[in-house]
Amino acid sequence: GPFFWRVTRVNGDVALTHQESRLNPSKSNLNQTEHGHGSVITGIPIVTFKWHHVETPYLVALWILVAGLGKLVIEANHHVTSVIPESALLICFGFILGGIIWGADKVQTFKLTPTVFFFYLLPQIILDAGYSMPNKLFFSNMGAILIYAVIGTCWNAASLGLSLWGCHKGGAMGDLDLGLLQYLLFGSLMAAVDPVAVIAVFEQVHVNEVLFIMVFGESLLNDGVTVVLFNVFDAFVSLGGDKIDAVEIIKGIISFFVVAFGGSLVGFVFGLLISLLTRCTKNIQIIEPGFVFVLGYLAYLTAEMLSLSAILSIVFCGMCCQKYINSNMDERSVTTVRYVMKVLANGSETIIFVFLGISAIDKEIWVWNTGFILLTLLFVLVYRFIGVFFLTWILNKFRLVPVELIDQVIMSYGGLRGAVAYGLAVMLDENKIKEKNLMVSTTLIVVYFTVILQGITMKPLVNWLKVKRAAVGELTLIEKVQDKVFDHMLVAIEDISGQIGHNYMRDKWNNFEEKWMTCILMKPSARKNRDYVFKVFHKLNLKDAMRYVTEGERRGSLEFVRNETAFIDFKKKFDDDFSEVMPDIMIWPDTARDPVPSVSLEMHEQTMNGMRPLEDVNSHHLLQQHLYKGRKQHRHRYSRSHFDVNKDENEVQEIFQRTMRTRLESFKSGKMGVAPLKHITKHLKKDQQQKMPNGKSLDKSKTYHSGDEDFEFSEGDSASGFEASASSFPMRVTYRAGAGIENPAFMPDLDPMAQVQIPPWLAEAEVDSSMVAPSQRAQLRLPWTPSNLRRLAPLRISAHSTDSFMLADAPAAQQRDNDQLPPPPPPPAPPHGDHM
Amino acid sequence: MGSSNSSVNNIPNAQELMQETGFSAAHILRLHERFEFLDKHKCGQLRPQDFGAVQELALNPIGDSIISAFFSPGQETVDFASFVRILAHFRPTDRNQSRDGAQQEPANSSIRKLKFAFQMYDQDRDGKISRAELLQVLRAMLGIQVTEEQLQSIAERAIQEADLDRDDAISFDEFRKSLEKVDIDHKMSIRFLR
Repeated sequence: GPFFWRVTRVNGDVALTHQESRLNPSKSNLNQTEHGHGSVITGIPIVTFKWHHVETPYLVALWILVAGLGKLVIEANHHVTSVIPESALLICFGFILGGIIWGADKVQTFKLTPTVFFFYLLPQIILDAGYSMPNKLFFSNMGAILIYAVIGTCWNAASLGLSLWGCHKGGAMGDLDLGLLQYLLFGSLMAAVDPVAVIAVFEQVHVNEVLFIMVFGESLLNDGVTVVLFNVFDAFVSLGGDKIDAVEIIKGIISFFVVAFGGSLVGFVFGLLISLLTRCTKNIQIIEPGFVFVLGYLAYLTAEMLSLSAILSIVFCGMCCQKYINSNMDERSVTTVRYVMKVLANGSETIIFVFLGISAIDKEIWVWNTGFILLTLLFVLVYRFIGVFFLTWILNKFRLVPVELIDQVIMSYGGLRGAVAYGLAVMLDENKIKEKNLMVSTTLIVVYFTVILQGITMKPLVNWLKVKRAAVGELTLIEKVQDKVFDHMLVAIEDISGQIGHNYMRDKWNNFEEKWMTCILMKPSARKNRDYVFKVFHKLNLKDAMRYVTEGERRGSLEFVRNETAFIDFKKKFDDDFSEVMPDIMIWPDTARDPVPSVSLEMHEQTMNGMRPLEDVNSHHLLQQHLYKGRKQHRHRYSRSHFDVNKDENEVQEIFQRTMRTRLESFKSGKMGVAPLKHITKHLKKDQQQKMPNGKSLDKSKTYHSGDEDFEFSEGDSASGFEASASSFPMRVTYRAGAGIENPAFMPDLDPMAQVQIPPWLAEAEVDSSMVAPSQRAQLRLPWTPSNLRRLAPLRISAHSTDSFMLADAPAAQQRDNDQLPPPPPPPAPPHGDHM
Repeated sequence: MGSSNSSVNNIPNAQELMQETGFSAAHILRLHERFEFLDKHKCGQLRPQDFGAVQELALNPIGDSIISAFFSPGQETVDFASFVRILAHFRPTDRNQSRDGAQQEPANSSIRKLKFAFQMYDQDRDGKISRAELLQVLRAMLGIQVTEEQLQSIAERAIQEADLDRDDAISFDEFRKSLEKVDIDHKMSIRFLR
């Protein structure tokens, strides 16, 4: 896939560098041997050692491995990483590696070259940053971020360049062959806060989200700015001081804007392209994540080709496609994209830091000039503070929530420089700038200083200053709902007070987006469920279900796996009715008499206590193999293009047809009431709805039904109720389980018709059941339930196809209702006694 | 300043309002203009229909709830002072405000902001968000994208999350607790009212 392709390329270049720098002298030699190999063949060699044949990719892979292992070792020491940030440790690891290489080769064979860095290591980090950017937060702080990124960076560059130049004139650094333009060029490459370093450090300190987005957003955007500045000044330097006039300067400024906005535009276009493409990748799901990476990379390269800002391009590409691809692609593809993104970004980050360390162990680049280096360090730090404080002071006049003083300190202190600066420094042309090596070594020192020292002190500083931290907590639905309400409320208030404000603009944009963008860029099917609250709800549900399963399994319940079998067992109860349509249930007639309790976690303990003999377990294992697989059962078989759960079309089709046939038959038989059992089932649904909150029925068939009903709501939880022979206590448990996981939200959907149809004998049963109803206390002392069990409120949709089984016995007309409307509502929420 | 002050003086109780809400004279003036614009009948009172003139509100899913928040229970109209007091909820919280204890909690304090937000749901003003009330808001906000029973599940879950005393409704305290982590000042402030 693209992943491998990219990685190979990434490191291909590392190795290429290696070849260039090291093997040049021996290249002719190498060619000779290869040549010789071809011509002087005397016999067929059985085994040959072909190191040169694989050298490049081999070294690449080795470097990845080494960097990865380095990270592994570092992360294994938690007490160290909690004090010293990982990035600093990786650099130190690089020092050691560099020392070893130096010791072996007496020359630094491997170093980070601009090509490798800018083409193969940086893009994925930036793409990941853009893709996982919290867009709303970013855009609501966009103004501030832009000010910091553009004006702040220019300020950093200009002030550093000018001050150094001034000091030079003042004689602080001895004899250097540098002019004002060179100083400004140096200033521009030092100006940018590095996203890689910033992410690495800030990820560990969890500052509040506004502060984070400001530093992070700034570091992303100012990379673009600094590259542009660098190019402009580089051009100025090549042009020579005397040829620069007002026209050139104006051209420089214009090119600055063109490069920045052009780059963003390219990214935007590619983002749209990705979104459009993922609309129609349904049939090639297995490679659809690849498109994201390839097109993202193309966005970067295209911008580079047009000499626009590649970094801005890929940032905006990631930012604008995230929403659409996340809803267009299959959920698994989204997960894949997310993970691969992280793998790539983390991998390159690791490699970058390691190589930043390795590059230091090189005698060639080290030129020491105390004045220059120390002054640079000082100015970088001081001007960063001045810049941030000044800009924030201006911004605070306009900001709704002013940036606090402490936050400003952290922002200033978080101005870490990193690999971008180093990459740019190495790109300097030695012919034009005589002191290139001094600049490179100064850059390295600044990088080490900021990443290691400031990185280490960041955490204590954040603690000491009591910076507002990010609120870490569970995602809650009510918060998300409220978020929406706030949004709508602010817009409304702006409307009422007749102002066009931030919220108004956002609302307009949202409307536009809703109307056009989503329409064009999103799959129709994805559009349906795109609502934010809905998604959160979905996510929460998934999480709960997961926890439910995990907790069940932790308690050793193997029954969970068997739920599909269980519902088939349920059918066996009725095998008189079903035998002609479902012949295979006859495979194991025994079970008809001794049905398995299905997945009731509560039931589990009872089961373990020997309520069900072991051979049953075996029989059900067998059953599981022979019967139809449940819809969601995994089939592990190898296929390159399908990493898929069981979706055996034929099987599903067959089951469906059978179901429909059954329905048809029951329809033909015409009147309801032909088979009392069906009525009971039907009725019991009603009964259950009404009585479940406190009503427990001892009626066997009701219990069955309870299981049935549960199954309808969610296979995973499909409960419990088949223990016909069980005592009343487990029965209650069973019921409880049902109540615990059923979706009480369906309640108001009572079908009045159905109620009318309740036959008298059943009505009686109903009364009966209410009399037997155990007290709430009885419910309270039930065995454990996973916490939040009641939250499991699966959406009706998910179980939709299943209910064809359940309703197979209902009169057709009724069915129609049931198919369209939700199934009869389960009981209102029982008291929350089951929360633990 | 002089001219604006003089026109502010034309507004009844302007000084007290400024005192009470913390709005500047310019704010009051601007809001008064807006008020008069909305007040088509020039009677110094706004009726719910007058808010209808704001077209965007019709598109706002919870526009009606917001309008009704302007009217205290049982009242059909809202005068300028109340209008301003409601809007004062949305003034950003003053950072370094030295409040004397005697003074009543200003409208832009987080707790008052929250109370206002709470009212969005609590249409019957019984101090509790019932399931039906929450459902109504959800329905308005999610609209047709989600089916009714999905809505129900969402409402159910949201109530469960916040409902600490298990009475199947969210009281103000529960509401406040569930939003503890939300920066209310930030979320319920409008820049130009600063």
